Amino acid sequence: MRSSSLTAPEPDERGSDVHLKPVPDPTPQPPAAGHQPSIAELERYATVLRINCVRMLAVAKSGHLDSSLSAADIVTALYYRVLRHDPSNPKWPERDRFVLSKGHAAPIQYAALAEHGYFPHKDLMGLRSIGSHLQGHPDMTRTPGIEVSTGSLGQGLSMAVGICLALRLDGLHETAHAFTLMSDGDIQEGESWEGAAAAAHFGIPNLTAIVDYNHLQTDGTTEEVMDTGDVRAKFEAFGWDAIEIDGHDMEGIVEALERSRSVGRPAAIVCQTKKGRGVSFMEGRFGFHGKPPSQEQAQEAMDELEARLQEQNRELEGAPSDG
Amino acid sequence: MAEAKTEPIATRQAYGDALVELGERHDDVVALDADLAVSTQSIKFGKKFPDRFFNCGAAEAGMMSMSCGLAATGKVPYASTFAIFATARSYDQVRVGIAHNRLKVRIGASHGGVSLGEDGATHQMIEDIALMRAMPRMQVVVPADYNQAYAAVIDSYERFEEPMYMRFGRPSTPIVYDEIPETLGEGVDVLREGKDISIFVCGHMVWRALEAADSLAREDGIEAEVVNVSIIKPLDTEAVLKSLAKTGVAVTAEEHRVVGGLADAVREVAAEEHPVPIFALGMQDEFGVSGTAEACMEHFGLTASGIADRAREAMIKKPIVSHAPFHTG
Repeated sequence: MRSSSLTAPEPDERGSDVHLKPVPDPTPQPPAAGHQPSIAELERYATVLRINCVRMLAVAKSGHLDSSLSAADIVTALYYRVLRHDPSNPKWPERDRFVLSKGHAAPIQYAALAEHGYFPHKDLMGLRSIGSHLQGHPDMTRTPGIEVSTGSLGQGLSMAVGICLALRLDGLHETAHAFTLMSDGDIQEGESWEGAAAAAHFGIPNLTAIVDYNHLQTDGTTEEVMDTGDVRAKFEAFGWDAIEIDGHDMEGIVEALERSRSVGRPAAIVCQTKKGRGVSFMEGRFGFHGKPPSQEQAQEAMDELEARLQEQNRELEGAPSDG
Repeated sequence: MAEAKTEPIATRQAYGDALVELGERHDDVVALDADLAVSTQSIKFGKKFPDRFFNCGAAEAGMMSMSCGLAATGKVPYASTFAIFATARSYDQVRVGIAHNRLKVRIGASHGGVSLGEDGATHQMIEDIALMRAMPRMQVVVPADYNQAYAAVIDSYERFEEPMYMRFGRPSTPIVYDEIPETLGEGVDVLREGKDISIFVCGHMVWRALEAADSLAREDGIEAEVVNVSIIKPLDTEAVLKSLAKTGVAVTAEEHRVVGGLADAVREVAAEEHPVPIFALGMQDEFGVSGTAEACMEHFGLTASGIADRAREAMIKKPIVSHAPFHTG
C-alpha cells in the first residue's frame, strides 16, 4: 500500500519547514507481474518519478534535480518495462543489472526503486541525511537494488563490463543484460573509454550504455566546457553498435533499449535530452546543476508536474488499454 | 602445496605461482592485469585459466572498476599491475569501487619500491603503503620473501573478506622463511629475539635487518630484535607493543617514504600506548633514481649497514631510564 507515498513528510521526520501539498493521485503502483505497461502508462510513471524527485530534493535541500529529471524517461522505461528484476529478491542471480554511472542522478533511481517496493517509500524523504540509507550517491552497501556504488564519474561503464564478464563465466550472459546510464561528464572522463574498449575487446554481447546527453554540466554547456562532440560516432569507432535517439520519446527509448538486447555486441544509445525536463523553468537551462530547488521553485515544479499527472490520468482513464 | 624455495627469488614469482594454486582450488578466482602479466607473473594464471583471465591493456583505472563489477557479481578478482599504477594511477577506482563497496578484491602490486631499478622515479612507487593504509577498509600486506609471499596469496583468499593490497617486489630476494608458512598469522613475526633494540621491517628490508642484527651482535654486542611486519594494516599492535616494551627503543626500515608507511604505523601505536624513541629508515622527501636494484637500495641507504648504523644511532639516544614492561602476559 503506497497511499501515503507522496504526501508531505511528518514534520518530526525531518524537522522541515517544507510543506508541499499532497499529490492528487497518490496511488502509483508498479505494473503487476506479467503486465507490460503501455507507452502512455510509462509516460505517466515518468511523471510520478519526477514528482518524487522534486519532493525529495525540496526536503533534502541538496542534490541534483535537473540531472535526475533529464534521465527520468530513460529510468522509467528501464524499471517499468525493460529490466528483468524482482523487487522481492534484489539479488536474483538472473536479473538484469542497472549501473547508474551518473551517480549524482541517484534521486531518480531511488524513486524508481521505492515505487517498486525495494524499500519503504517514506525512506525517500531521508535523502542525503544522517541515518538514511539513501546517500548522496548510490551505495550498494546500504540500499537494496543498487548493484554497485557510483558517483565518481567514469567508472560505471568499466564496472558494468566487469559484471558482464562475471555473468559470462556463470553462463548467464544470454539471460541477464547490463545497462549503464552515463552522463556528459562520464563521456569526458578518460576511464569511460577504457571501458568502451574493453567491452568491444572482450566481445560482450549483453551490455548497453545509455548516454543522457543533456549538454549541460556544472560550469556551463558541454560545448563551452569540453565539447563531447559526436558521442554516437565515438562509440561506433570503438566497435560498438551505436544509435542516437530522442531521450524523452518514450516509445523510441523502449524500442532502442529492447533492440539493444539482441545486437550481439555492446550497444550504445545516445539520448539527446534536456536537463530539468518536465519542469519548464528548469528545462534546458544552465544554473541548476547540483542546486536544490528553493521552496518556491519546488512548489512551482510540483504544480506543473501535478497538472501533468492529472492530465495523464484523465487520458489513461479515457483510453482503451493498449497493453 | 608448492615447495618452499631456498635460493633467492622475487616475491612476484610467488604471486604468480600461488595464484595458479588458488585458481585450481577455487572456481570463483579470476585474475586481471594491465599489460604487465609477465612482469607481475599473473601470466601463469592466464595460461592455465584463460577463461578466467582478463588482460585489460594499459588501462589500470578500467581494470580496477572491472574488478569491482566482477566482485559484485560473485567472483574473487586478483588485479595485478605495478604498485605505481595500482595505487597512484587508479586510487579513485580502488577507493570508490572496491574499498567503499567492501568487495573481496585482491590487488597484487608488483615492483614496489626503488628496487624496481632502472626504470627510475616514474615507476618506483615509494608511497603506496601510505596511500593504502589511509584508505578506509583496505588491508595492506607486504611479504618478506618468496615463501611468505606464497602464503600471503593463499591466505588472502581463505581468511580475509575485506579488500586487500599486497606489495611484491621485482628483484630476486634472499629467503627468510625456510618453509612456506601455513598462514601469515597476525602478521607480526619476531624472526630474531633481542633485548636491546627492536628493528621493525617489511618486504625487502627483512633479510637486510637480519644481516644488520648479526653485525650489531658481532661488532657492538647489541642484541637486536628483528620483527617482520607483513600485515601493516590491520597492525597487530599487541605484538608491536610487546617488543617495544622489551627493548625500549626501535628502528623501522622500509623501502618506502618514511611518511605514512611502516614507520608511522609503529609510531602511532607507540605514541599512544608506550612512547619510546623510534627512528625511521626509508625514503626522505625525495624521488627514486635509475640504477640497478641494489645500486638504488644503496643510494638511499636501504641496506643492512644502513639499518645497523641507524640502530647504533638509536642506541646512543636510547633513554637511560628504561620503561616498565608493558606486557606481563
